[in-house]
Amino acid sequence: MGGFEAFLQQVLIGLSNGMIIALIALGYTMVYGVLELINFAHGDLFMLGTFLALTLVGALGLEGPGGLAVLLAACPAFCAGLNWAIDRWAYRPLREAPKMAPLVSAIGVSFILMNVGLFWGALPMEAFGGGRAAAAPKDFPALVSNADLLGGALGAGVRFTGKELLVWAVTLPLLGGLTAFVRWTRLGMAMRATAQDPVAARLMGIDVDRVIGATFLLGGALAGFASVVYALYTNTISFQLGYRAGLDAFTAAVLGGIGNLPGAALGGLLIGLVRAMSDWAIAAEWTQAIVFAILILILVFRPSGLLGARVREKV
Amino acid sequence: MKFRVRGAWAAALSALAVSGCGRGGAPAGDPGLVKIVSSLPRTGSAAAQTGTIVNGIRLALEEAGGRAGPFRVAYEDWDDASPQRGDWDAAIEAANADRAVKDPDVVVYIGTYNSGAAKVSIPKLNAASLAMISPANTYPGFTKAGLGEPNEPAVYRPSGRINFFRVVPTDDLQGVLGAEWVKKLGGASVFVLHDRELYGKGIADLFKAHAGKIGLRVLGYEGIDSRAANYRSLAAKIAGLAPDWVYFGGTTQSNGGQLVKDLRAAGFRGRVLVPDGCVENAFIDSAGAANAEGIVHATFGGLPPEKLTGRGAEFYRKYRGRFGAEPEVYAVYGYECALAALEAIRRAGRKDRAAILEAVARTRDFEGALGRWSFDENGDITLRTMSGFVVKDGGWSFREILGGP
Repeated sequence: MGGFEAFLQQVLIGLSNGMIIALIALGYTMVYGVLELINFAHGDLFMLGTFLALTLVGALGLEGPGGLAVLLAACPAFCAGLNWAIDRWAYRPLREAPKMAPLVSAIGVSFILMNVGLFWGALPMEAFGGGRAAAAPKDFPALVSNADLLGGALGAGVRFTGKELLVWAVTLPLLGGLTAFVRWTRLGMAMRATAQDPVAARLMGIDVDRVIGATFLLGGALAGFASVVYALYTNTISFQLGYRAGLDAFTAAVLGGIGNLPGAALGGLLIGLVRAMSDWAIAAEWTQAIVFAILILILVFRPSGLLGARVREKV
Repeated sequence: MKFRVRGAWAAALSALAVSGCGRGGAPAGDPGLVKIVSSLPRTGSAAAQTGTIVNGIRLALEEAGGRAGPFRVAYEDWDDASPQRGDWDAAIEAANADRAVKDPDVVVYIGTYNSGAAKVSIPKLNAASLAMISPANTYPGFTKAGLGEPNEPAVYRPSGRINFFRVVPTDDLQGVLGAEWVKKLGGASVFVLHDRELYGKGIADLFKAHAGKIGLRVLGYEGIDSRAANYRSLAAKIAGLAPDWVYFGGTTQSNGGQLVKDLRAAGFRGRVLVPDGCVENAFIDSAGAANAEGIVHATFGGLPPEKLTGRGAEFYRKYRGRFGAEPEVYAVYGYECALAALEAIRRAGRKDRAAILEAVARTRDFEGALGRWSFDENGDITLRTMSGFVVKDGGWSFREILGGP
C-alpha cells in the first residue's frame, strides 16, 4: 500500500471517529452554552445509550436496516428523556446556587450513571453473555456490514465500509439539521438568546426553563444517536466508555470554542484526524499526549478556542 | 508492652470490622486461629477468572476441614479492584496490604492477580515478614535480577528476607517460548504491541528481544492506549505492513479484545499471540468469538485443568462436582497456593509469621495439583511447563506443550 493510500485510509478512519466525538461534543457545548455548566454526566449518558442498544438487539433479535431504524429511534428517545430528567432533578434545583454546586452534582450523576451501567451489564441476559461478568467489555453484534464499498476506487488499500457509511450518513444530516434548527426556528432563536443573556431573554418573554429543558432533550438525543453509531462502529461496549468518550468530546468542545456548535463539530473532527495521524505516522503511545499538546497550544494562542467568540464577561 | 499496644489496636480494628455483624467471631489474637486472605480483582472483567481462583482456595480449605496442624484456618476473600477502573487499583491493593499487616491473625497473603498490584503490596508485606503466595503474577523482576529494573528484586525485600512466592512460571520463560512458538508455527514477521503496564510491557519486551535473536522480523513495536475507543488507525497501519503475527503484551482488561476486533476489521490476515493475562473467557467475549476463532493463540504457564494428572486431575473432578462449573485456567493455581499455605502453617506449628514464612520458603518436593515441585531460592516454582492455546469453538483450546519441566 502506497504512502498516499495509507494516508487517505487514515483520513477516512479519523473522520469517522471524529464524527462520533463531534456528536457527543455537541451535547456538552449546547448545555454549556445555555447554563455555563460542564455536564460531566454526558459521557455516561452516552454509555447507557449503548447498553440500551445492546439490550434491544439481544431482546428483540434486531437485524438489518429494520433493526437499525429501531435503534435510531429508541436510543435517542431514551437518552433525551434521561438527560431531561437529570436536568430536572439534579441541576434545576441548583440553578440559583453557586456555579460549583451543579458542577459537583454533575460529577455525582456521572458516577451514578456509571454504576447503573455496571449493574445493567450484570443482568443475566443472553446479549451480555448471561451476565458472566458485569464489568467485562461486551461484544456488540455486527448489524452493519464491514465489507468495502469503494471497490478500490481510491486505491487498493483504501477501505470505506458500511460501518463508516453509517457513521457519515447519521452524523452529517444531524450536524446540518442542528445548525438549521438553532439558526432558523423560534426555539433555536430562544436558545441563542438564553445563551447570550438569560436575564434579558427572560425579560423578552422567553420561558428560560423550557428552553433549558429543550437543550437537554436535544443534547441527549444527539448522545443517543452517537451511542448507536458508536456501538455499531466499534462493536464493543463497556460501562467505562463514558469516561473516555466524555473526555474526548469535552476536549473537542473546548478546542472548537465551548458554547459554539460548529466549533464542537470541528473540534471533534480535528481530534479524530489528529488521533489517526498520530497512530499512523508516529506511534500509538504518543497519541493522547499529542492531542492534549495541540489543545494546550491552541488555548494559549486562542483562549476562546478555534471558533469561539470573545469570552462573555458576567458581572 | 509492645504486644499490649498491638493487641489493643487489633481489638479496636476487629471491633470495627465486626460491628454490624455481631461479635460472633473469635476475638483477635485467638491463639488457635490463623487467617489466610486473598487480594484479587473481584470487580471488573477479571472477576470471572478470580472467582474460580477463590473457589480453588475454598476447595483446598474444605478438603483440609478448615484446619492446618493445631490451628483453625479462616479465609477472607478481599477485592483489590475499584468499579471506577474496572480493574486492579493501586490504592486498594495498598490498603489491603496494610490491613493484612495490622491483623495479627493473618499469616499468609494469597495474591495478587496483576503484577502491577503485587509491586505495591510485596514491600509492605515484606516489612512485616508476611508470606505472600501469588497464583498469577508472572513479572520476572519480583524474583530475578537483571530482567526488570536495576533495583529489582532488592527493592521488594526491605527486610532482607524473601517473602514473595509464586506457583506460576515467569514471563522470561513465557516471552521466550512465545517467540519460539511463533517461529514453529511458521511465522517470519511480527508486530509487537503492549499495554504500557508492568506486566504487558515487560512480557512484550522479552518476546521482542527473543524474536530478534531467533530471526523473526519485528516490523514494529508500540504501546497502545488501553482506554481508547478503538484501534482502527493502528490496525490499518498493521494490516498494511501485513506481518504474519501480531503479539499483544497485555490483558483482557487492557482492551486486547478490541484490538483483535479492529485488526480483523482492517483486513489483517495473520494470527495474534497473547500471553496468559488474556486466557479467560471474557477475552473471547470482548473480541467476539468469530473474530478470535483460529486466529488468537495464547501462551500460558502450566497446563489447562483438563490436562492435569494425579492430584490435579482429582482437583478438576472435585471442582466440577463442588461448584458445578468448569474452572478457568487459574483456578488450580489458587488451589495450589492454598495447599502450599496450609502445608507451611502445619509444618511451622506456631502462630508466628516469621516461622510460617520460613516454612513456605522451605517447601520442597511438594506433591501438589501441578505435580511435584519446590520453591527455589528466589521464591519461584521449579516447574517450567507451559502450554499453547488457540481459540476453538468459541473457547480456549489446548494445542500443545511448550518447553519442559
